[in-house]
Amino acid sequence: MQYSSQAVAKPYFIAAIGLFVGQILFGLILGAQYVIGDFLFPEIPFNVARMVHTNLLIVWLLFGFMGAAYYLVPEEAERELYSPKLAIALFWIFLVAGALTIVGYLAVPYATLAAVTGNDLLPTMGREFLEQPTITKIGIVVVALAFLFNIGMTIISGRKTVVNIVLLTGLTGLAVLFLFAFYNPVNLVLDKMFWWWVVHLWVEGVWELIMAAILAFVLIRLTGVDREVIEKWLYVIIAMALITGIIGTGHHYYWIGTPEYWQWWGSIFSALEPIPFFMMTVFAFNVVNRRRKEHPNKAATLWALGCAVMAFLGAGVWGFLHTLAPVNFYTHGSQITAAHGHMAFYGAYVLVVITMISYAWPHLQHNAPAANGRAQLLEMWSFWLMTISMVFITLFLTGAGILQVYLQRVSDTPLPFMVVQDKIALFYWMRLYAGLAFFIGLCLYVYSFFAKGKESLASS
Amino acid sequence: MSETFTKSMARNIYLGGSVFFILLFLALSFDTLGALPKRDNRHNITPQVALGKKVWEENNCLGCHTLLGEGAYFAPELGNVYTRFGGSKEAIMGFIASRPVDGIPGRRSMPQFNLSNEELEAVAEFLKYTSEINTANWPPNIQG
Ligand code: HEM
Ligand code: HEM
Ligand SMILES: [Fe+2]
Repeated sequence: MQYSSQAVAKPYFIAAIGLFVGQILFGLILGAQYVIGDFLFPEIPFNVARMVHTNLLIVWLLFGFMGAAYYLVPEEAERELYSPKLAIALFWIFLVAGALTIVGYLAVPYATLAAVTGNDLLPTMGREFLEQPTITKIGIVVVALAFLFNIGMTIISGRKTVVNIVLLTGLTGLAVLFLFAFYNPVNLVLDKMFWWWVVHLWVEGVWELIMAAILAFVLIRLTGVDREVIEKWLYVIIAMALITGIIGTGHHYYWIGTPEYWQWWGSIFSALEPIPFFMMTVFAFNVVNRRRKEHPNKAATLWALGCAVMAFLGAGVWGFLHTLAPVNFYTHGSQITAAHGHMAFYGAYVLVVITMISYAWPHLQHNAPAANGRAQLLEMWSFWLMTISMVFITLFLTGAGILQVYLQRVSDTPLPFMVVQDKIALFYWMRLYAGLAFFIGLCLYVYSFFAKGKESLASS
Repeated sequence: MSETFTKSMARNIYLGGSVFFILLFLALSFDTLGALPKRDNRHNITPQVALGKKVWEENNCLGCHTLLGEGAYFAPELGNVYTRFGGSKEAIMGFIASRPVDGIPGRRSMPQFNLSNEELEAVAEFLKYTSEINTANWPPNIQG
């Protein structure tokens, strides 16, 4: 660790991993409810478990992004963080607000939560991923602004690197686009149209900037490849991300009441969206192959390469699979969507956060460039177990999705939704088993932290 | 990447490309806003539909169902449920009101939300309004 203020990243990373475990536990509940319909009913209905699962995902990724920023911004800017105290205060505010929200979901019926948090005053609740009470949303905005102020001040008065500027642009975009979460007109079509300005323009827009910046930072450190080369790649990747991804929003405007011309705009531009993900893969392998030094943290390199590959598979390949309007007509809102959502989120954003943690943790915890060999080995095993499990989760959901689409939407005698669900239950069972394997991989990952022990490599 | 392609060229593509496509996206969105009144069934938005949407949101119906294909995939599509239930608001209200409190052994079951009659009517009216949005003929058939 070069700057002592980088240490504020530590609680952020710990919280991220803790909430990740919670997310997966609720994923397992959901997976069980898919095949044992009355599992935990009526105590935890499916919709409640799903909110907890998806909101924990978003929140822990945000913890991860913030931790990553606190770690890398000072090092890039070559100065201490503007205010470490503010960073710690924001950590607790965000954690407590997040915990209260989750407790609210679980403790009372959602309608009660809406009533006691005054959803009437400014109704924003009850929309997918944006289920948080309005006051929680306001809290998120306040935390985001204070966070941006803190890293912004650090960047402005320090060395301005491309990595820092791109990261700051991505994080600012994240905060600004979130403001559309407060726009919830009665007109359902308008509501849906601008809901995607949060969700799509996040994952297929500004988050890609964050992801590319983090990967670039880690790869500069791990490979010793010339910064100029990496920064050039970074610019080209994010250029392609925004050039394809912004108009690519149109792939969500096919069937929600928006005009038909979006079928052309959306299909053409979103079909190009795999390009930036493909470039990230080429970039990662390219710089690792041309590395100028042997960095002792092999695990971090594995996470970085895995991130690039899995993001390309999940977002690029599985996204392309259902993005053309004539295909999407049949697959829209099916298990195919769920298959893609899982692998894309895992490949791109889960893995980029873990890549950052894997790189930074030995510095934060032991002031060493890498953990000992045994801890790294465990970490790499957890990578393979989680990643292969996620591949299987995706394949089983894709199988379920193809059958669902055929039986319910394509065949000459379309069957009702619930009848089809019964027929494809075998795939849901297999998804549940793959989910259990994923959870074992995650436990191994958590365990690898405790194995990092004292016998770390010599200090940097 | 080759030497002739410099970092500042890459940066210019990024800046120019993003600005251009942001503007194009805003223009298309603006055009869409103009085209929506003919498609989004807004003339049927009544105070009752507004209440219905609120009931829909405050009970997190989207946490299990899809609406126009967006939401969760645990329970049937409801954008066309009004048509599927034979154009009967009473059938929709009756279904929601009659869900067993303790569920159905071994099977997926919708929770009992204890909605008032006014809320039941409103949510049914909201689903009727939704079914009349011009969705370019989605879903492919009545099963949603
Ligand atoms: C890392 C990047 C990405 C992430 C995290 C991601 C995640 C998701 C998620 C969670 C959904 C479901 C949204 C909902 O609940 O309604 C979704 C939908 C969709 N995604 Fe992605 N996605 C990514 C990139 C892409 C790319 C690059 C493409 C196209 C090549 C794509 C194509 C689609 C399409 C067409 C849908 C709509 C599916 C439907 O009609 O039901 N995605 N994505
Ligand atoms: C043990 C592993 C997991 C299981 C069994 C599981 C199960 C589920 C289930 C059943 C749903 C609800 C689908 C529906 O609406 O009907 C869901 C939604 C979702 N999960 Fe997971 N999950 C797991 C891990 C993950 C991981 C690791 C991620 C992130 C990388 C993730 C991200 C999501 C997202 C984004 C959604 C919303 C999908 C959409 O709207 O299309 N899940 N999950
Ligand atoms: Fe998208």
